[in-house]
Amino acid sequence: MSDQTPGFAAARTVDQMVDDVLAAPEAPPYLIDVWRRFKKNRLAVIGLIFILGLVLVAIFAPLIAPYGPSERTDVFRGSPSGDHLFGTDIIGRDVFSRVVYGARVSLRISIATTIIAMGIGVLVGAMAGFFGGFTDGLMMRITDVFLAIPYIVLAVAIATVFGRSENGIILVLGLTGWLGVSRIVRSSFLSLKELEYVEAAQALGFSRTRIMFRHILPNALQPIIVYGTILIGSVILAEAALSFLGVGPQDPTPAWGLMVSQGKGDLANAFHLVLFPGLAIALTVLAFVLVGDGLRDALDPKLK
Amino acid sequence: MTIGSGELLLSVRDLSVVFDTDDGLVRAVDAVSFDIHRGEVFSVVGESGSGKSVTAMSILQLIPDSRVAGGEILWKGADLLQRTEDQMRSVRGAEIAMIFQDPLTALNPVHTVGRQIAEMARIHETITKKQAFNRSVEMLDLVGIPEPDKRASMYPHEFSGGMRQRAVIAMAITCKPSLLIADEPTTALDVTVQAQVLEVLLEIKDEIDSAIMLITHDLGVVAGISDQVMVMYAGQQVEQGTVDDVFYRPMHPYTLGLLESLPRLDATDDTELVPIPGSPPSLINRPSGCPFHPRCRHAQAPGRCDTEATEFRSIAGAHFSACHFAEQFIGGSTPAIETPS
Repeated sequence: MSDQTPGFAAARTVDQMVDDVLAAPEAPPYLIDVWRRFKKNRLAVIGLIFILGLVLVAIFAPLIAPYGPSERTDVFRGSPSGDHLFGTDIIGRDVFSRVVYGARVSLRISIATTIIAMGIGVLVGAMAGFFGGFTDGLMMRITDVFLAIPYIVLAVAIATVFGRSENGIILVLGLTGWLGVSRIVRSSFLSLKELEYVEAAQALGFSRTRIMFRHILPNALQPIIVYGTILIGSVILAEAALSFLGVGPQDPTPAWGLMVSQGKGDLANAFHLVLFPGLAIALTVLAFVLVGDGLRDALDPKLK
Repeated sequence: MTIGSGELLLSVRDLSVVFDTDDGLVRAVDAVSFDIHRGEVFSVVGESGSGKSVTAMSILQLIPDSRVAGGEILWKGADLLQRTEDQMRSVRGAEIAMIFQDPLTALNPVHTVGRQIAEMARIHETITKKQAFNRSVEMLDLVGIPEPDKRASMYPHEFSGGMRQRAVIAMAITCKPSLLIADEPTTALDVTVQAQVLEVLLEIKDEIDSAIMLITHDLGVVAGISDQVMVMYAGQQVEQGTVDDVFYRPMHPYTLGLLESLPRLDATDDTELVPIPGSPPSLINRPSGCPFHPRCRHAQAPGRCDTEATEFRSIAGAHFSACHFAEQFIGGSTPAIETPS
C-alpha cells in the first residue's frame, strides 16, 4: 500500500484487515498445506520415497540391472553373491535383474488397471449418485452382480479364452476393481449434489454433465485419490496372486508373482528365489498403503 | 416507477405445484397468478413453507419430485412449461437468473471466483477464455468488489460474506438476464452488509435493464426496494398490490398481523408487538374455507371463514386480497367485523 496516501489507506484498511485476518489460516495454497500435513507422517514419507525409488528403478531398469531379464548365465540356482546380488534361478537368470525389470511389469499393470477401474468406478458412481432413483438402483444392482463374481474365477476364464497375457490381467483386474470406487463416488455425489452451489449451477443453466464432472467431481476427489493409491497396492497384490496361480503373464516376463511361483519348488535349498520377489511385492504394497493412509490424513484435516 | 409501464416479462397464470409424498399430496403452490414487468422489483413475502421459493423455483423448473398441477408460466408470451429440459437450460442463467440465499455455499470451493463467472459466460455465449475472464473482472467491478482483477483469481474462501454475495450476484448477471430471481439474498448477511447488497442489486437492475423477483420474509427489505408486493400464505396469494397499498392499507388480516409483529422505530413505549398466534397449517390437510381462519383474530368461524373458499380478487384497482371481508378494510386499519359468540 506504499503507493497510497495515508488517508486513503486508513479508509480502506478496516474491510481489508478483517478480510486478511479471516483469510489468514487458509493463506498458504491448498497443496502446500496438504504437503505440510503429509510430511508429519514419517511412515507415509518413507512409503512415498520407496515408491519414487521404485518408479526410478522401473524407468532406468536397463542401467541398474547387470543382466537382461531373460539372459542366462552359467550359474544355476546360485546363492546371493557379489556377482549375483539376489542369486540366480533354476535356469541361470540373475534374480536381481529380474526383480528390477519386474518393477516395470508391476507398475505397468497396476497403473493401467487402476486407471480403468477408476474410470469405470467414477462414471458409474457419479451417474448413480447424481441421478438417483432408477439409475441409482440399476447401477448399484450391476455393482452387486460384479461383486458376486470372484475375480480369480473370472481371471481363469479370461486367461482360458484369450490366453495368458499382461493385457488379460489388466482387463480382469480393471473390470473387477471398480466396485469400491463406484460406491465411494456415489456416496460423495449423493451428499454433494444437495449443496447450494450445485443448485445454483443448475439455476444458471449449466448442463448436467458439466455439473457432474466440473463442479461435483473436484469436490469428491479426496476420497478418490486415497482409494486410488491404495488400489494400486492391492492390484499389485492381486496381480502377484494371479501370476502365482499361472493365469498371469507367461514365463519370460519377469513378473514378481510368477517368480515366486517358479521358486516355490526350491524353497528348501534356494529360498532366495522366493524371498526377493516376495519382498518386492510386500514392500511395494505396504508403501502404497502407507502413502494412501498419509494422504487420507493430509487431505482431510478434520479426520485427525 | 409506474407499475406495469415496462415490457411484460413474466406472466404466471393459475400456477399450482404439488408434491407427492408418503403422507399425501402437498399443495405447495395453489392457483397463483402474477405479472412481472421490466424494470420493477416484485417481492414475494411469506412465512417459511408458504410456497414462495417453490413458486420461484418452478419458474425455472428446478424442483425435483414436484409436478405442476395446472396453470401457465408465460415468459415473454411463450409458456415455459412446454419447453424441454434443453430449451429450459438456455433460459436459465441467460434470460432468468437466480441468486441464492447462502453465499457461503452458493460458490464452488474448488474453483476461483473469476473462473466460475467466466464459465457462466462461456456456456451461454461463444467467446474465448480470455474474453470470458475479462468479463468476470468487469462483472466483479460492476458489483463493487475492489481490485476485481486480483479478486477474480481468488477462491471463495478468501472472500468475506458480503463479497461472496456480490460475487454470486456478479455470476447471475454475467449474461445480462431480463429477470433476476433473488431468493432471500440478504438473509445470511450482516445488517450493515444487507443494505449494501440491496443497493448493488438495485443498481444492477437499472444497469442491465431487468426486473427483480425478490423472495424474502424480511418486510424491512421489501419496504425499502420493492414496487409490487405479493403476500403468500399456505401456498396461496392472500394479498397483492403496490408497496404503499400493502404496507399502509393492508386488506388482509395476515398482512396486518405481519406488520403488527414488526418492531417499529417510531413506536411509543407502551406499544406492544402483536404476534400472530399459532403456526402455519399443514399443506396436506389445509383448513377448510380460508386457510388463515384458525389464526385470524377476525375470523367468523363457524361462519363464512371456515366454510366458504376464498376468492383472490381486486378490492381497489391493482390492490388484491383474498379475505372475505377485505372490502371492510378500506378506510380503516382495523376491520369492523364482529366475531359471533
